[in-house]
Amino acid sequence: MLMLHCPNCGRDVDETDLHAGGEAHLRREGAEASAEAFEDYLFMRKNPKGVHFERWHHTFGCGKWFHAARDTATLEVFGTYSAQTSEPPKEIIDRIAEKRPNWSWESDT
Amino acid sequence: MRVRETGLRGMISLRGDLSDTVLRTCATDLTGVAFPQAGQAMVGADKGLVWMSPDEILILAPYSDAQQTVDMIQERLKGIHFLATNVSDARSVIAVEGPFVREVLAKLAPVDLHPHAFAPGSFYRSRLGQVAAAFWMRDDENIEVMTFRSTAAYAFGLLAKAAEGGAVGHLVSDDAGDARG
Repeated sequence: MLMLHCPNCGRDVDETDLHAGGEAHLRREGAEASAEAFEDYLFMRKNPKGVHFERWHHTFGCGKWFHAARDTATLEVFGTYSAQTSEPPKEIIDRIAEKRPNWSWESDT
Repeated sequence: MRVRETGLRGMISLRGDLSDTVLRTCATDLTGVAFPQAGQAMVGADKGLVWMSPDEILILAPYSDAQQTVDMIQERLKGIHFLATNVSDARSVIAVEGPFVREVLAKLAPVDLHPHAFAPGSFYRSRLGQVAAAFWMRDDENIEVMTFRSTAAYAFGLLAKAAEGGAVGHLVSDDAGDARG
């Protein structure tokens, strides 16, 4: 069972109260983008075995979005944080780097 | 154990900046209860304030006063950014009463209902079985459950069945002594 801390309402909530919103930190491509870049933005998603940044919606609770950093293989949750950001906060990156020495945010993006 | 519908209840959804003192004072003046913090429900005899999300509180009032309450909010909050809507007919409230109310809810919702985590004044939005529900504790033997009116019959059935089955015994009454609030 996966439990995530919703940073909006401050509760530890069960996965069944949430809705998964896919990969986080996507950069929207505008009208001037090439067809390939726009296709990438629309359809191409990471599917890592390991560290992953995700969007989650607290559907049955406060109705707000937040982000979560977790390991898709072990289900270890590194932390959750506000969705109003374009990259993970430093403490989350540091925590992951400490536990996964071969991982870095720069090589992940 | 008793599960009963509580009848019509006035509910006003008030959205806005919950840190705004004008908004807070308006809400507390209208209801006579303290302004709730995240995860709290301040519910008096027939009025109350419930923390729904970081930008929404639900004002509880007698059903007949709901529209008048909305009008008063419109008047008092002129000039600030807010949204007040009479949603009294959108939801209904079911009361669960008796010695093991926590266990009845615990059978149906993925929520920690131990007295350490859930006490009078606590408020949760989660689900009962397959439908969205919110609930708060009036006292140790009285929980009020709010669901959308369209799913109230399902929720009532769930609660009635869960109450019928008796206590499971995981939330033993000895723990109630440590309850917060």
